[in-house]
Order: sequence, then C-alpha cells, then structure tokens
Amino acid sequence: MAWNEPGKDDKDPWGGRNNDNPPDLDEVIRNMQRKLGGLFGGNGQSSNQEPSSTGGFLGFGLIALILFIVWLLSGIYIVEPAQRGVLLQFGAYKQTTLPGPHWHIPYPFEHVEIVDVDQISSTEIGYRSSGGRTDSTIHSESLMLTKDENIVDLKIAVQYKIKDASQYLFNVRNPDLTLRQMTESSVRETVGNSKMDFVLTEGRTQIASEIQQLLQSLLDTHETGLIVTGVNLQDVQPPDQVQAAFADVVKAREDLERQKNEAEAYANDIVPRARGASFRLVQEAEAYKGQIIAKAEGETSRFLQVMKEYEKAPAITKERLYIDTMESVYSQSQKVLVDVSKDSNNVLYLPLDRMRGSQTVAPTRIDLSNYPTTGSTPSSSPSVRDDARSRGGR
Amino acid sequence: MSAQAKFNIFVVIALLFVALSSVFFVDQRERVLLLRLGQIERSDYQPGIHFKIPFFDEIRRFDGRVLSLDSTPAGYLTGEKKNLLVDSFILWRISNVADYFTAMSGDENKARDRLSQIIKDNLRGEFGKRTIQEVVSGDRAAMVADIIKSANNSVADFGIEVVNVRIKRIDLPTEVSSSVYTRMEAERERVAKELRSQGAEEAEKIRSDADRQRTILLAEAKRAAEVLRGEGDAQATDIYAKAYGQNSDFYSFYRRLTAYSNVFNGDDMLVIEPKGDFFNRFGSAKD
Repeated sequence: MAWNEPGKDDKDPWGGRNNDNPPDLDEVIRNMQRKLGGLFGGNGQSSNQEPSSTGGFLGFGLIALILFIVWLLSGIYIVEPAQRGVLLQFGAYKQTTLPGPHWHIPYPFEHVEIVDVDQISSTEIGYRSSGGRTDSTIHSESLMLTKDENIVDLKIAVQYKIKDASQYLFNVRNPDLTLRQMTESSVRETVGNSKMDFVLTEGRTQIASEIQQLLQSLLDTHETGLIVTGVNLQDVQPPDQVQAAFADVVKAREDLERQKNEAEAYANDIVPRARGASFRLVQEAEAYKGQIIAKAEGETSRFLQVMKEYEKAPAITKERLYIDTMESVYSQSQKVLVDVSKDSNNVLYLPLDRMRGSQTVAPTRIDLSNYPTTGSTPSSSPSVRDDARSRGGR
Repeated sequence: MSAQAKFNIFVVIALLFVALSSVFFVDQRERVLLLRLGQIERSDYQPGIHFKIPFFDEIRRFDGRVLSLDSTPAGYLTGEKKNLLVDSFILWRISNVADYFTAMSGDENKARDRLSQIIKDNLRGEFGKRTIQEVVSGDRAAMVADIIKSANNSVADFGIEVVNVRIKRIDLPTEVSSSVYTRMEAERERVAKELRSQGAEEAEKIRSDADRQRTILLAEAKRAAEVLRGEGDAQATDIYAKAYGQNSDFYSFYRRLTAYSNVFNGDDMLVIEPKGDFFNRFGSAKD
C-alpha cells in the first residue's frame, strides 16, 4: 500500500499520494475496503502481504483492534443468582438469560437489562412501617366499609416478587405502583364482600387468602410479571371511635363464661353433696331395716327358746319367771309398802322428796287411789287394771 | 492535513450520519409513529430495527405499556341519594398511535384528563343506578365491565383503550361515618347486653338443673329409705307374729315381765300395797 510510504509519516495516510490529483472515489473506496479488510482480517495478513508496512499503519491497526476487542468485551455481562438478564436486540425482546456469565453482541446491536427476580418487595396498606415497627396509621387507607355497612380498620402487608422478568419490564409502566393500587382495590373489594364480624374474628386467614387470590388474578390478567408471595393481615380492628364498645363485648363474652363457670361450680358443689346425702338416707334405712329385723329375730329367738322350756313345765316356770322378775324389779327400785286396805279414807302423807334424798326428780304428791292396788279402786288405766287382774289370777 | 483528506473525512462522516439517521430502533416497550413531512406515514412497527428516509421522516415514540391513572377521589351520589367518596384507578394503554397522535397531539397529560373525565362520568352513571349496599358488596366486576365498555366507546376515537377500572376506596362522608359509628356502638351494646343476659340465662339453667337434681336425688333416696324401712318393719312384724303366735298366752306373760324389768329401774320410787301374787305370802302365812 502506497499510502503509508516511508518518509511520509507526517502526512495524512489517507491521501498522501493523491495530493496533486482530484480524488478518485473508486480508489478511496478501495482504500477503505483494504483498510477495513486489514482491520477485520487480522493484522498478520496485511503484515505478510506488505512486509514494508510501517509503525503508522501498525499503530492505527492496533488501536482499531484494541478498540474492537474492547467493544466485543463490553458485551460480557454476568447475571447473578437472584437475577435474570433480559436481552433486547435492536430494542426488541430476544430472550431471558439465566444466572451465569453471558455475552451479547455489544451496543448498539443488543443490550441487556438486569432484573432482580428473587428479591421480595413489600407494600403496605393502611400504615407505613419504619425499622420493623408499625409506625403511622393512615386512616384514609385503613378504614374500609364492610358488607353490612360497618367500618373496619385494616392494615395489611403484601409481599411480592418478580415472576417473569420480561413481563415485568415490558407490559406495565410502573408495575410496583400498579400492584399497590391493585392491592388496595382487592382488599376493599374482599372486605366489602364480607361481614364485619367475620373480618374481625374467624375470617382473618380466609380474608387474607381471598385478597391474595384476587390480587394475583388481577396481576396475571394484566401480565405484570409479579407474583404475590404473601398477604399478611397486620391488624384488623374496629375503628378507634368504637373500640370501647367492642372491648365491652369482649368483656361481656368473658362475663358470660364466668357466669357459666360460677353456676357450674355451684352445680358441682351441690349435686355430689346431694348424692352423698341420698346415699346416706338409703344406708340409714338399710341399717334400720337390718337392725329391726335382727332385733326381731333376736327377741323372738330368745322368746322361743324360753317358750320351749316353759312348755315343758308351764306352771312352775311361769311362777319362777314372775317371781324372778318382780324380785329384780323391786330389788332395784326404792319402795314404800303401804297397807291401805283397812282404812282407805285416810290420807297418807309421804315425804317422798325427803325419802329420795338427793334425787332430783321429786313428785310431791301421789294419788294412791290411782296406783295399782288391784281391783279395789277403779283405775283410769284399763291396761294397768288388766295387768293386775291377769297377774292376780295366776 | 490536505483539503482532500478533509473532504474524505467529511464524506465519511456524512455517510455515517445518513446511515445512522436512516435507521431507528423500536424498543419492546414503545409504539412508534413515523411522520413523513408532518403526515402520518406508518404506525404499525414491531420492536426491532427499522429504516426511514433521513430528513423527511420523523419518529414519534409513545409508551406501549399499560399505564395506570390514579384518579382523584370524587363524590358520587348513589341511587338512594347518599353521597359516597370514591377513589379509583384506571389502567389504560395507547391502542392506536395514529389516532392518539391526532386526537391528543401525543400529550399524555391531555389524554389523562380526558380519560379521568370520561371514567368519572361513567362512574357517576353507574353509581346513580345502585344503592350503597350494591356498590360496596355487589358485583363489582359487572359494574366495572359496564364502565369499561362504555368508556371504550367514548375513547375509541382517541386511540386509547381502557384496560381496567378498579375502585379502590368507597368512603362515606364524615357525617355519615359518624352515624355509622353510633350505629356500630349501639349494635355492640346490644350484643354485649345479649351476651351478659345469655350468661345469666345459662347460669340460671345450670343452677336450677343442679337444684332439680339435688331435690330429686334426695326425694328418691327418701322413697328408697321408706321402702326399706317398711320392708324391715314388715319382716320384723312377720317374725314377731310367727314367733309369738306359737303361744300367745305365754307371749303376753313373758312380754309383760320383760316390760316390768325394762320400765322400773333404780331411780323409781314405788309406793306399793303389798297385795298380789308376789306378796301373797307377805305379812302372814294364811295357808
């Protein structure tokens, strides 16, 4: 090539030989082709063809080569484990690359956008937390109407991550803001379809899962490329204005339990006692029964034995029994013998109280006419009279 | 540097410039409109590399993604003439770049204004047909579907498509909320009272049941006891009757003697006329 002849180093290599002639366009183009061929075909080839090539050409070629290599190297990119690379060719989506080192045809032909897919983001409705604490409540977000036209105060956090990096990049302008709006809408729609008591008490988990379903279906419909990983109901409460009334209901519920427990304690106290008492009543009756039967058996046994002996010698046994009994009766009692049959009109004074000495019971007067004196005096007690008569007859 | 060299450089740069300005990229996110001397030439570009005539053609780029428009909360009257504060957002996209460019001159703010106005009108219409109850817990999807449909009719000429309308917040005006709170309080009070009286009821039931059990237990025990006593008495009577019936004379004699010795004991003072069997040898030996 003549354009880099020795001694013309200081001249412009592009047109050194054509100084005096009008430029030949063909030649310029040819030169450019050669130059480009030199660039792309490798340095060694041109060096071999033109051993006389000088440092100027080498310098230019080297610089171009280095630039070219640098340009090629700029296509290297590394996708980290929690990321995806989205490759665009002339702005059109080409593919999504997985973690690892990759190369793309450098700018301006292709470029890559890196998206963090595993990083979990979170959005909060009804409050803003800072440093893990639920700090400020935002009533305009947290208060919402329920189906029965009550108002509840609900705070919720939604965790989400990117499911599809290309959808996330290309379909919705601001996916995170859109998710936030969709969350708010889903929460209110779900709560608006539920009764307050359900939301406040047993329905909490169900509400959360309904919100998640609704939100996910919205996100999918609009191909936001986001996936909801969790919906946490941070706090569900009645509004501040009516908290006291709600607390009172809780208290009332506990009062109910307390009253029931007290009554049950009462029942547990008296029923077993009554059971015990009734057992005692039955046992006492059993005892009475056993006692009276045993007594009857004992007494009759004694009687029958005596009777058996009596029947062997009735007269003498009767006499003996009578005398034995009277003997023991009279011997154990204090007695006063009064023979009143001769002058029955006399009033006899017996100082009984003195005679009895230290006895506390002191009958002062005894109507002797009523005392068993055999048939002579009419008796007020027929049994006594009968006794006397029957005894006397024997 | 010679003039020739300068010219060469100029030519190269010019060629480069022409080459560059005849090429354009359409991003995946974009929709592109090609204007040729101010006239709309083409609008159906796919993402990728495309060519145009330098200097004559001009490129306008628009966002092809779904855009969200958060409308400001506004008051709407429901069917029963109650005022509701409603906050909604709209998802929309540019569906026809040519129409959009013509109608809105490519100004997104202008499009937003028009869109939120149209949606507001539609919401007003739909809310007016419904009660609060229906709005809050009714079929939002159906209501929204109606709104989307009629809104799309209105905005079709603007090259805009309404993708979705979502109602975020439906709030009662302050004076209504405070009456809601009052009602909620009264309602809670009712529940509390009910619970307390239920407690009293339960307690009374349990107590009276216990009392009933006690009474019945004792009564049944008494009955059993009386039955047992009766049995005992009957058996004893039977035993006595059987035994004493064998010799009633001796029984009455024997029983009397037993009674005498039981009745009199050391504390008694007997004032006796010495007569009768026991005394018939007492005093004098007549026989």
